[in-house]
Amino acid sequence: MKRIESVNDFVIKFANVNGSGSASANTLFAKSIMRMGVPISPRNIFPSNIQGLPTWYEVRVSEQGWLGRRGGCDLMVAMNPQTWEPDVAEIEPGGYLFYDSTRPMPASRFRDDIHVIGMPLTEITNAAYSDPRQRQLFKNIIYVGALSALLEIDVPEIEKLIAEQYKGKEKLLEPNIKALHMGRDYALAHLPCPLGIRVRRGDRVGKKVFLEGNSAVALGCVYGGATFAAWYPITPSSSVAEAFAKHCRKFRVDPGTTKNRFAIVQAEDELASIGMVIGAAWNGARAFTCTSGPGISLMSEFIGLAYFAEIPAVIINVQRAGPSTGMPTRTQQADVLACAYASHGDTKHVLLFPEDPKECFEHAAVSFDLADRLQTPVFVLLDLDIGMNERLCEPLQWDDKRHYDRGKVRSYQDLEAGARFGRYLDVDGDGITYRTYPGTHPKRGAFFTRGTSRDRYARYTEDGKAYVDNMQRLLRKFETAKDLVPKPEHIDARKPSRFGVIFYGSTGPAMREALVELEAAAIDIDALRIRAFPFHEEVLEWANRHEHVFVVEQNRDAQLRTLLVAEGQLDPSKLTPVLHYDGTPITARFIQGEIAQRLGAFNVTPLKKTAASGGGGE
Amino acid sequence: MTYLAKPKLHHPDLPKNKLGFTRRDYEGTVSTLCAGCGHDSITGAIIQACFEMDIAPHRVAKLSGIGCSSKTPTYFLGQSHGFNTVHGRMPSVLTGANAANRDLIYLGVSGDGDSASIGLGQFAHVMRRGVNMTYIVENNGVYGLTKGQFSATADRGSKSKRGALNADESIDLVLMALQLGATYVARSFSGDKAQLVPLIKGALMHPGAAFLDVISPCVAFNNHDGSTKSYDYVREHNEAVNAMDVIPIRSEITTNYEPGTVQEIRQHDGSMIRLRKLEPSYDASNRLRAMNFVQERYALGEIATGLLYVASAPRDLHDSLNTVATPLNELNERELCPGNAALEKFNQGLR
Repeated sequence: MKRIESVNDFVIKFANVNGSGSASANTLFAKSIMRMGVPISPRNIFPSNIQGLPTWYEVRVSEQGWLGRRGGCDLMVAMNPQTWEPDVAEIEPGGYLFYDSTRPMPASRFRDDIHVIGMPLTEITNAAYSDPRQRQLFKNIIYVGALSALLEIDVPEIEKLIAEQYKGKEKLLEPNIKALHMGRDYALAHLPCPLGIRVRRGDRVGKKVFLEGNSAVALGCVYGGATFAAWYPITPSSSVAEAFAKHCRKFRVDPGTTKNRFAIVQAEDELASIGMVIGAAWNGARAFTCTSGPGISLMSEFIGLAYFAEIPAVIINVQRAGPSTGMPTRTQQADVLACAYASHGDTKHVLLFPEDPKECFEHAAVSFDLADRLQTPVFVLLDLDIGMNERLCEPLQWDDKRHYDRGKVRSYQDLEAGARFGRYLDVDGDGITYRTYPGTHPKRGAFFTRGTSRDRYARYTEDGKAYVDNMQRLLRKFETAKDLVPKPEHIDARKPSRFGVIFYGSTGPAMREALVELEAAAIDIDALRIRAFPFHEEVLEWANRHEHVFVVEQNRDAQLRTLLVAEGQLDPSKLTPVLHYDGTPITARFIQGEIAQRLGAFNVTPLKKTAASGGGGE
Repeated sequence: MTYLAKPKLHHPDLPKNKLGFTRRDYEGTVSTLCAGCGHDSITGAIIQACFEMDIAPHRVAKLSGIGCSSKTPTYFLGQSHGFNTVHGRMPSVLTGANAANRDLIYLGVSGDGDSASIGLGQFAHVMRRGVNMTYIVENNGVYGLTKGQFSATADRGSKSKRGALNADESIDLVLMALQLGATYVARSFSGDKAQLVPLIKGALMHPGAAFLDVISPCVAFNNHDGSTKSYDYVREHNEAVNAMDVIPIRSEITTNYEPGTVQEIRQHDGSMIRLRKLEPSYDASNRLRAMNFVQERYALGEIATGLLYVASAPRDLHDSLNTVATPLNELNERELCPGNAALEKFNQGLR
């Protein structure tokens, strides 16, 4: 029988029951490989449930540092009888199945093209522990110990990680170490160690850091100067607010008074969340909310008010699949249009598309500058895949010389010096007008904030000319935004190509891997990563330079492509959508397969027959 | 439409307050509401209260929702920042504004449609959080701007102008505010300025969630026989429990009252609220008693007005959030941004 042989390049998947305490053991496993200098990208695939439903933790180990989901599975750790059949079916031929052999299984429940490794986990745990909770928790550590032997993971790395985890709680340290060795010793004595897949110490991790996008985006809000957050719990964005609270407790408590230099309100719903953010921002504080698709729907009326009344607001949208009873724990990029045009009337909004946690941090911080400068809502669109999974990325950095851009705000001194003030008067010709914070000056600069029924001096009017004048200025402001938002990233093919591919957000790692594979298959294609809307001039120039452009997205309706056609006036016939929207993260195999196949239709030669052209692979 | 600007020239002999402002300096643009609208009287009462309290107009932020009542902030305090937000959502905007700058005075103006129907949720939660504000509902039991539909505060059995009977139970915002933790709760009538002005003053001084339900007849759609929010009906059924004086901090108390006729409630900041009792048994410091009393009177067809409840040591949102004394919107980069050294340390923990 074939046996998958691979060092530092494989996928292992843990099938667990949620609420069984497997998450921390699985993270421990993944991190120990990272500590050996080998890049990993773990992903939680979990249900909208707290206890009892199936959950998976998939770890891709990749010496080359590929962080996108690969698809397929080389070693399945099947700990959940409920999902046994699909779990066994998912293993690649020649791959491995690790399972709890306490209860005998009929041969019919296995496959004859995979290697089966049984370990009587329940029997071992029950013999060692009598407390049911301990049995459950230590069973997880015992299988990590067994895997360390099967995959040749350095035990000291795992021990160090356990020691870090239980720092200050030393009583828990010893039993965990004991359980680890119990599993390891059993495997060394009874199982075929090592397997064909294994880990060898490397040096490909370096200074990289490992964190969730949601935590990074929350830290970006701290560094960006946000002092106010209002939110309503919704998966997958709740951990943004929780991380913001945690970071604030660390970085934002006045050491003298122990008072907080921040305010966080868990609101009664998303309407109140965005309302509070608008109130705080109107009053001159940097403020944000975090939510997901259904929350955006609820916030829509207020988003319109903020657009027309020109109030800065940062909205972090961690996208998920569909409605409340959709797939809230699955990933998608399906709120692009909903955010770009959120609300009634003629509205358009600034969107940022971070690719990884590092960029989550950077985009969150810069979003406050953009919101203040443009006096408008700014959306940071991440998704569950980067938001809720820990991801390796370059270390976070901050330039201490950097200053916040608070935009055009008239101070007491400006007003006292007689600066002409009209809240909606375009003094500089860039569509952006000056504002004042409430309470600035006893006699000057006060104004009444409303939607659009006002003139350049914020006086009430329902005059059509004043309305059009204002709407035209808002368009000028949107033009100004194009030069302020992050520029696209170019990834050129070795040779000039008439083909191009556009991608954005969490598609990044899979796309980068697909580009290398396509290049290996002698397909030259230029790539452009869009990082913001409105589109920078460079985006349209680039698209116009290419004869044919693929637009890779994780939604059904090719939403970014729609924006490119509608706002960039690009010819739709030259934009081919490549769409992945089943709720799982897009893979390099999928992108590569789709592009190779469609390029075949363009008669691109040579198109080598490779595994690459095999299709979706899922 | 506010095409009519008010003349800027004032009579030279107009009395001035301690800040050197006349009453006119507290006005806004000309009201565009119907002649005789109760809301204009409330506007007048707000102007008078702010003038007499020597409030610097620019230190007030006035916020409203949508509806006739929510238009009124344009008609007072023209030197204050104002915000006409969206229907029923003023409380959240006010909460955020207050969080950003705890040093301003927040005045929320709303109506019965805005607060008891579309905005009931936000009304409830802003009271729960104890946001330091004065929240006035100009309550006429009817949707004026959309021409006469019943609102949720219309009493069951009351009649619309077109003759329809209201079949639904009414919402009493006073009872809700009491239950939800507002720390200053009053009811008044737009036609009784002598009662209303001190109640507004007390609310503006109160360092917590202050709620005023002001019955304010709609002359266009709800001032007929069969309405329980008409001028005539309210005058006839108004049962004031007390009359109020607000005594600023450290003022000497000189007048003597007969024992049992006065209740004095010292406020957290040292000021004093003195209530001359009209209903001898009424105790405005007892929340449960207040809730019972209001309901008992309602069952008798009477409307209890006056300062119904005040807590002497209220907590507000900033107490709960433990925020610094400096307004959040004044914190600078040094105080907000941890810098690169801290980030390097943070990175260390992520490997």
